[in-house]
Amino acid sequence: MDIHDQDATARWEELGSRDPSSREAAMEHISQEVMRRVEGIVPIPAAVPSPPAAACPPASDLNDILARLLMLSKRCPFDDVRERCIWLLRNVQDLGIRIPRPLGNGPSRFIPEKEIQVSKVDPRTQSIFEDAFAALGRLDNISLVMGFHPQYLENFLKTQHYLLQMDGPLSLHYRHYIGIMAAARHQCSYLVNLHVNDFVQVGGDPKWLNGLEGAPKKLQALGELNKILAHRPWLLTKAHIENLLKAEEHSWSLAELIHAVVLLTHYHSLASFTFGCGITPEIHSDGGHTFRPPSLSQYCVCDIANGNGHGNHPEEKLGNHQEVSGEVEVLMERMKQLQECRDEEEASQEEMATRFEREKTESMLVATAEDDECVPSRDVSRHFEDPYGYKDFSRRGEHVPTFRVQDYSWEDHGYSLVNRLYPDVGQLLDDKFQMAYNLTYNTMATHKDVDTSMLRRAIWNYIHCMFGIRYDDYDYGEINQLLDRSFKVYIKTMVCSPEKTTKRMYESFWRQFQHSEKVHVNLLLMEARMQAELLYALRAITRYMT
Amino acid sequence: MEKMSRVTTALGSSSISGRTMFCHLDAPANAISVCRDATQVVVAGRNIFKIYALEEEQFVEKLNLRVGRKPSLNFSCADVMWHQMEENLLATAATNGAVVTWNLGKPSRNKQEQLFTEHKRTVNKVCFHPTEVYMLLSGSQDGYMKCFDLRKKESVSTFSGQSESVRDVQFSMKDYFTFAASFENGNVQLWDIRRPDRYERMFTAHTGPVFCCDWHPDDRGWLATGGRDKMVKVWDMTTNRAKEIFCVQTIASVARVKWRPERKWHLATCSMMVDHNIYVWDVRRPFIPFATFEEHKDVTTGIVWRHQHDPHFLLSGSKDSTLYQHMFKDASRPVDRANPEGLCFGLFGDLAFAAKESLISGDASRKPYPGGDRRYPIFFFKKPNPTEQFAHVSSALSVFESSVESRHMDWLVKTARLYLLSGKPFAELCDHNAKVAKELNRPQVSTTWTMLRIMFSDPANLSTPGPNHIGKLGTLPLMNSFSMKEMGTGLVAEGRLERSKGESRQDNLHLEPGNSLINSNNDENEETEGSEGQAEYMFGDAELDDDDLYSMEHENHAAEEQEYTLPQEAFPLRHEIMDNPSAPEHLQQDKADSPHASGNEAEVMCLTPIESFSLISISQPLFSPHLPAQFFCPVVREMLIHYAEQGDVQMAVSVLIVLGDRIRKEIDDLTQEHWYTSYIDLLQRLELWNVSNEVIKLSTCSAITCLNQTSTTLHVNCSNCKRPMSNRGWICDRCHQCASVCAVCHHVVKGLFVWCQGCSHGGHLEHVMNWLKSSSHCPAGCGHLCEYT
Repeated sequence: MDIHDQDATARWEELGSRDPSSREAAMEHISQEVMRRVEGIVPIPAAVPSPPAAACPPASDLNDILARLLMLSKRCPFDDVRERCIWLLRNVQDLGIRIPRPLGNGPSRFIPEKEIQVSKVDPRTQSIFEDAFAALGRLDNISLVMGFHPQYLENFLKTQHYLLQMDGPLSLHYRHYIGIMAAARHQCSYLVNLHVNDFVQVGGDPKWLNGLEGAPKKLQALGELNKILAHRPWLLTKAHIENLLKAEEHSWSLAELIHAVVLLTHYHSLASFTFGCGITPEIHSDGGHTFRPPSLSQYCVCDIANGNGHGNHPEEKLGNHQEVSGEVEVLMERMKQLQECRDEEEASQEEMATRFEREKTESMLVATAEDDECVPSRDVSRHFEDPYGYKDFSRRGEHVPTFRVQDYSWEDHGYSLVNRLYPDVGQLLDDKFQMAYNLTYNTMATHKDVDTSMLRRAIWNYIHCMFGIRYDDYDYGEINQLLDRSFKVYIKTMVCSPEKTTKRMYESFWRQFQHSEKVHVNLLLMEARMQAELLYALRAITRYMT
Repeated sequence: MEKMSRVTTALGSSSISGRTMFCHLDAPANAISVCRDATQVVVAGRNIFKIYALEEEQFVEKLNLRVGRKPSLNFSCADVMWHQMEENLLATAATNGAVVTWNLGKPSRNKQEQLFTEHKRTVNKVCFHPTEVYMLLSGSQDGYMKCFDLRKKESVSTFSGQSESVRDVQFSMKDYFTFAASFENGNVQLWDIRRPDRYERMFTAHTGPVFCCDWHPDDRGWLATGGRDKMVKVWDMTTNRAKEIFCVQTIASVARVKWRPERKWHLATCSMMVDHNIYVWDVRRPFIPFATFEEHKDVTTGIVWRHQHDPHFLLSGSKDSTLYQHMFKDASRPVDRANPEGLCFGLFGDLAFAAKESLISGDASRKPYPGGDRRYPIFFFKKPNPTEQFAHVSSALSVFESSVESRHMDWLVKTARLYLLSGKPFAELCDHNAKVAKELNRPQVSTTWTMLRIMFSDPANLSTPGPNHIGKLGTLPLMNSFSMKEMGTGLVAEGRLERSKGESRQDNLHLEPGNSLINSNNDENEETEGSEGQAEYMFGDAELDDDDLYSMEHENHAAEEQEYTLPQEAFPLRHEIMDNPSAPEHLQQDKADSPHASGNEAEVMCLTPIESFSLISISQPLFSPHLPAQFFCPVVREMLIHYAEQGDVQMAVSVLIVLGDRIRKEIDDLTQEHWYTSYIDLLQRLELWNVSNEVIKLSTCSAITCLNQTSTTLHVNCSNCKRPMSNRGWICDRCHQCASVCAVCHHVVKGLFVWCQGCSHGGHLEHVMNWLKSSSHCPAGCGHLCEYT
């Protein structure tokens, strides 16, 4: 039996400590361990490099350690740990052991790696990263990408931590399982993988992972809600809620249901974000690294899957650049005009009403995807049984009344209900929504001191519009002015069927904007979607209660 | 203007009369407002905008202001206000951001007069100046407040709330120039209408949005605010810093607040979520509403006092599409239903009791309580305030100190410690527990145990410990309870008698109700004895003709006998290593996976079950005719429920555990769970961790047993690759190596694994145990002195 077994886990964890000396001690320990193993495999150091030996099974645990070191060398918020990891990996390599290299470029497929680097962040982001790292022992790619917006990230992590770890009516493995259910609806293998590990670690029954049939009846009952909420939340009625709450021994309590609803909506929208930002698998998980030496062609697997090789169409890019150079300016001009001309061209009331309808129907004509290619690495499809996708709001003759936000808003109604049944979460969500909605740096691409509230509101309301939620006090004509077609395609795809998002879509909207701004848009989309789903769910619950 | 204001105040309230009444609206209402002379009310909502006349007996629809075939969003009202000076003038706030004024004096069907579309977002509130005819104020979601002069086409001044949404604006009743605005971020601002550049004053009133505010109609400095944080606060604005003088905590977010006319301390509130009632509070009594109106079926959205000098009529509109007039005299008064008695236990068993003074003084003539308890009556007197309309209840607070020797929880603690719940045959358990109860001076409980033994044990088993036991302790109580069945009244006398003997009062409490139970169950008890007559026990009047019973029982007892197995309680207590419910699944599954599991493992795993089986075989009932145990179940069930209701949940749980399967099916799971949790809670408060753990372990409710499994997950990492081992404990999924090897036999351990916490070496439970019998050093040779306890 290995003396270091329990020790070693602690060592890994200690890397998250804020105290440099204990980090160093832990690192020292790990490197000794690695060297010991390396010597076990390669008895004669610096002998003939024997790649097949390194790849054979006995070394696989070493490989795991190496993968983990690789992850740390890239993702650990502490630079001392990063440096030591790089150093160690290099040493190992010098000994003739094949070391892994990350697949893909950085945390996101869409954003160049140099934009997101753990080493180059401001102190605030740094401290948030350190906290997250200490709490989870990892810094996931989602957090890294969100690191563009530290204020938001802080809120986000706090909420997520509360939903998953803190007091709540649902048991821990239920929470992760619901997260898996929700992510699987959108075939988001990244989130599914992340939570499958967590689920097993908190003592979840692996049998559940074979599919919803393997889970308790109670969770199975939630499947229907999950499905409707993910794709057509406007169809949710109080009958659905009643079915869940009055199912005899498998019934849910109101508090549990609220918790579940918040989790479902959280993970649906997080799936949108994951796809929208092209989050890549974690480095140390399967599919995040490879031991193969880099091949000559610079393609990586995910790029091939989506047909986005590097330098794939350089001339096309160039040509486009010429064409769109004035994009930002045009947009700003429009915003200015809208702001000024507001009083002059006063649209009639009928006109306003029809504009909403038009925007609504138009949003349906926006084709959602250019290609249907998607490669889920884990078989996520087993988590849901039937294909059931977003169906456009008022197509197919089914008439669903418009949801008037003035009659049921998050601030007035939703908040109170959530906070009543799941204390503190209302506040956390409220903060998060407000943060996402109000976040601005008063910049647009290269321009400074721009009031972006109009643009933000247009995006938010456009998303709600796709869910049939109407703001009486909004002129939906503005959306047409501010959001161009490629942007609408992106929004629609991301919100309604995120799994179909491609790099081309991400690149084709707002070409001059910075990546951080595109991430900002993604945050807006994610929160708006979450709120839309929540509103429908909470309204159904309120109707059930009265 | 001067003249007009005088007119208003001169209007008497004598002309108003009516009753509680309602009418159906076609659509949910968002807001209501009354006209100056209190004869008409306007109701506004998304799809409704109507004026109703308030008549003696009913509402009569006077006018529908929604005209046109396809009404525009300008009609979708968030708020409405009727001018208090000019009876033809109305203003509405539309959800699309328009502010509209209406002139009822217009001859055409469309009464719309002016339309202001200056706000970019929903207008939440409009407010006319109380004395100025042409001045209108609006507050909007876009963060601006605008003041309109109705003679002009656009606003005269704009007040900026720094992009925080405005939820309410209210002109001060007394200060001509002042208005208050409440905001979504929890702030309240005071503005001077002449100075649009900056607010006069700002303070944070609530956490979260402040939905409403209202100036006191008489007192110029008072402002009431209500917020999403479920509070109503009254602020004194006369001082330099706004001072919170009253605070009322309601049960839901406060959507509207309105001071009650002519009643200085009263205000009415309603909520926008969950709670449908309207409450009228006396701010000095914030704990209980002064009056409640419970008519609405959905949330109340608008409340208004019908006349500004009449406190007796309240109008309300609601999402349930009704408009109500509430008469104050018809309101329900929660105070009347409130329980004026309070009872609370202190940390050391002291008891504080507050009750109406009249009750206490009436009681004082007789002896308050037996036993050596001292009593401190403390009287609270509040200076009677003539303006307070609360019934004056002066209550007396008595504190009963429990003396040291009769420490309240003593018996419970002792019983909990001494009771045996498992580990012995059923009859012995009963006898033991009966003895414990007897020694603690609880004859009733003791008798119950004895009875249980008699009922459920089979005679063969009983004969050994039975007779002598009955002889020495059972006779008296048994005789007591049974001989009493023909003199029900005498029983109570007996109870009293015993109490006067000065036994501890807890016992009395249990004794008396217990007896009455036996009384009510007389019939069954008779049968009980009859059957037990077989087993040589004769009670004074047990001779009843039970022939029918006998024959019946002979027919079916055989079948009963077969189901009769001993429950779990026979498990030896030592075995902490009992597998938890989730573990066996793994083990079984794993066993199937790996057919070459060594024999050792199998043995180790079966260790516990084997022992328990042997116990069962010992207590296998011999065949002998007696009443089937099931026959008593209803009685026992009632008895348990009775004990639980009396507060002796200990007894209920103990019996439940000892009887195990015999009674379990009779009582529904929820009740059982409830008992278990109560008892466990009690035990843990008394820090009887061992007992509580035993109870948890012995309970059969899944909800209870799982208590012991919270945070008991043990994460194991592979010793080779350091990865957490997910499915099985001995082979790593990733590196496919066997991780846990026994230090003694050097084989893989697949069942119970024991390891030393000092040196972290270990192995098969059996091997390590054997090893340590002969040697005190670690079998791995690391030199550590391991210990197995």
